[in-house]
Formats: sequence, structure tokens, C-alpha cells
Amino acid sequence: MKTVADPRSGPPAPGVLTKSEKELRKAFLSETNRIPGGGRVDQCIQCGTCTASCPVSYAMDYTPRQLIAMFRAGGLEELLASRTIWVCASCYQCTTRCPAEIQITDLFYAFRRIAIDRGIFPKRFPSHVFSESFVAQVKKYGRNYETGMLLRYFLRTKPFGLLGWSHAGVALVRRGRIPILPEKIEGIDGLRRIIAKAESFDLPQESAERQKVTDAVGYGAIGGAA
Amino acid sequence: MTYTYYPGCSLHATGVAYDKSTKAVFEKLGVGLQELEDWNCCGATSYTSVKKTVAYAISARNLALAEKTGHDVIAPCSACFYVLNKTKTRMTEQPELREQVNASLAEAGLEAKMTVPVRKPLEVLINDIGLDTIASLQTHSISDFRPACYYGCQIVRPYGAIDEDPENPVSMERLFEALGAECVDYPPKVRCCGGMLIATFEEVATQLCEDLVDWAVERGANCIVTVCPLCQANLDLLNLSGNGTRTKIPILYFTQLIGLALGSSPEEVGLEHGLVPVNVEAPRLVAEAGTAPATARGGAA
Repeated sequence: MKTVADPRSGPPAPGVLTKSEKELRKAFLSETNRIPGGGRVDQCIQCGTCTASCPVSYAMDYTPRQLIAMFRAGGLEELLASRTIWVCASCYQCTTRCPAEIQITDLFYAFRRIAIDRGIFPKRFPSHVFSESFVAQVKKYGRNYETGMLLRYFLRTKPFGLLGWSHAGVALVRRGRIPILPEKIEGIDGLRRIIAKAESFDLPQESAERQKVTDAVGYGAIGGAA
Repeated sequence: MTYTYYPGCSLHATGVAYDKSTKAVFEKLGVGLQELEDWNCCGATSYTSVKKTVAYAISARNLALAEKTGHDVIAPCSACFYVLNKTKTRMTEQPELREQVNASLAEAGLEAKMTVPVRKPLEVLINDIGLDTIASLQTHSISDFRPACYYGCQIVRPYGAIDEDPENPVSMERLFEALGAECVDYPPKVRCCGGMLIATFEEVATQLCEDLVDWAVERGANCIVTVCPLCQANLDLLNLSGNGTRTKIPILYFTQLIGLALGSSPEEVGLEHGLVPVNVEAPRLVAEAGTAPATARGGAA
């Protein structure tokens, strides 16, 4: 694992950010500043309470404390490509214990959204497909059809992983815990209109900014800004 | 007394026993539960990982519908409970977000005023109905159950623990002790089960769940009692793994145990949906850990 303090892994020269890092940083700040307390990321004292409290930090490539340090050191691209932001299980232990009152879990959601927007993902770790599969179910039915979501996720990421789940699947079906058909809400059309309108708010302020950023960074070429 | 019931997606699928047992308990207590009409998915943590305003908007649709009923909302699923409360909190804190969300809801003729309390059944049972009342309605002993009370994450953090210590909640223990069950001391009660990592990073989720189960078994528990459908599913699936080397232990919803104490039948509280059988002998109830599951054995969970 590369350490954050290693100048060879960071910007070209200590204290100097690359152009793409600068742009990413700007987009990130516009996102985090909209999280209440998001600006408090600067108050981090690197105490490690987040890492010590995190039940899954042992499985991360960078610990939560390191991730905050990376952000402040300008390592945004590396941060977005880390497994860490997708390994977080949303248990909120770090957030409730952080003495600097940084909303770490919600910061990770912001990182995830930027990563999805820009198509920057950790290698061989397509966890984002899970979230996207979830969203697809909600748009289709208004509710999460767990079976459909898991099928979609596994077929897109690790089809052979489904085999490992067959025992569990059979057991759950036998116990009446897997409905055969999805439930669709009656107000699905209204819900879709709500989603379409809300998406328009998620796009403009970032997308005006993002279009520029995407071009400047060159992520458009790898199809990130979908 | 009537509450608006928001079951959430899991309670209509893998968590069907939670749905049945919650309804059974409230019926025994003579408290009304009216399912929110045409509710939609709360968005969980997955939607907010993709789109922010949309995540709040779909969650707020439920709040807008619930406000019309005039009753407090009961959300048994920890993720639903947390997401609906987060939406309320954030929309109250951020006028801009509130405007955008309400502009979106207006597309379906709705508006969320953020007036409806969203509560967890555990807290409602203790604060609105009261331990004394519940204990006075007990008809069946549950003294043979030695539960490890497992709370998990999102019911206590970050919005759940207004009424108690988020590091050491004790409401379930108080409830079961009032009903005559002896709870084991269970230090990891607010640790995470891994949640959706069971699909995206199975090794990690399995490890977390193994720790949780081993801890309970070491402490002499004969069942683990949960408040969350995802915790229940993750821990219960572990009962299928290990090729017989792992101790099998029933993973119950807290409402199942209360329902049994109040005289609901095993079917009424959905005991048959669990992957490890619980032997119930009326009028005395016996929980047996370590019995073989009736269905599939072995294989990865």
C-alpha cells in the first residue's frame, strides 16, 4: 500500500497540485459544502477515532483517517479510485464519535456520487453496480425488489457468484422469504415525475460546473459523465 | 391509539416475519397500525450513493403521504427509520434542499412539511405503551429464552438514540426482563453486521456476522434478538454456512419474542420463516440453540 505521506505517490512536487486535482477539488468542495458540516473536514485533527471505530477499516485500502488526510493533501483521484468509499457499510460509528464533528459517512456518499459521475472506480471492485441496481429497481417499481436487484447486480459483476448463493436462495424460498413477483406502487407515474424533477436539481449546479471540469480533466473520454 | 405503519421493502420479502410479528404485537396490545397507502422505497443508503436530491425526494414522498394521515409513523426497518429521519433533519436544516424536494414532490401534487414523527417500534412500545402495560398483558412465559439483544447500527445512529445511550442501548433488555427472559451481557450490541456488504464484499460481512454470533454463543445466549431485517437476514444466513461446524442459533425479531409472551401463536409471529427452528411448547416456551436446520445445509451463505 502506498502511504499518503510518500511524496512519490502524491502530486508532482510537494505542495503543488496537478491541474486535474485542482478541478476535482473544486467540484468536490461544491458538493461537500452542501452537506451540513461538510466544511468541517478541515477541522480534522487526524486522531484516528474514525479508523479505530470502523468495523471494516481492516478491509479498506486506505483507512478513513488516511482518506481525510489524502483529501487535504490533494489526492482526490486516488481517493475516488479507492475501495474505501465503497467498503463503508454506513454504520455511522465514525460520524457519531468524531470529536471534530465531521460527517464522515455522508462525506463518503459524496465521494461515491462524484466517483459514479466521473466513472472512477477501484479495480476489480464494482460495488457501485449494487447501488445502481438498487436505483434501477426503485425507478421501475417504486419499491426495491430484492430478488431483481441481486440478480442484476450479480449478473453484471460476478455471475458465478450466484452459484454460491443458490443454497441460501433455496432456503429463503422454502421459508417464504422471497416473493416471486415484484410489488409495483400505484403512484409509479407520479414517483417517476418526482424523480425526473429531482434529478434536474442534481444535475445543473454540478453539471454546469462538471461539464467544464470533465473536459478539463479529460474524463469525458472515458465515459464518466453519464 | 393508532400509528401509520411504514413496513419498507424488506418486510414484504426477507423480513416477512418482522411484518407479521409487529402486527401481531400491536394487535395484542390493542393499538392500531394502518399501513401507509402506496408507500414507496425509502431509498436506503444505495440511492444516496448515486443521486442526492432524488434520494431525499423519494424518501420525502413517504413523509408527505404520512403527514396526511395525522398519525406518528412507525418504521420497523432500521434503514427506513434512519433514512426517513435523515430526510426530515436535512430538509429542516437546509431550506434550499427543502425547496428543491418540495418542487419535485409538487410534480405528483404532494408537499412534505416535515411535521410527522418517524419512530421505531421498540421506542413506541416502551414510551407510549409502557413496560408495565405490556407485562400486565403477558400470558406465556418466555423465561427459557436467553437472548443476546442486538441493536446494530442505524436504529441507534445517528438519529435513533435520542432516548438512550447510542453506545449502550438497553431498551430491549428492559423489555425482555420485564417479561421474565434473562438477557445475556452482549458487548457488541451496536456493532455493524456489514449490511449490504453481504452482496458486495461477502468475506467482510461474513466475518462481522461470525463475530456477532460467536460472541453471543460464548456468552451463553440461546437466541439473538434483532430489530432490523438486514441484521436478521445476514445473521440467519450464517446458520447455513460452515458445513455443520458452526453453532446454529435462532435469530429472532424482538417483536417475535414479545408476541410469544403476549400469547400469539408461532405462526402469527412468523417463526417458520427463520432458518433455525425454535421449539415452542405452550404454555411454556422453550428455545433450543444448536438444533439442525430443517432445510438446506452447507454451502456459502
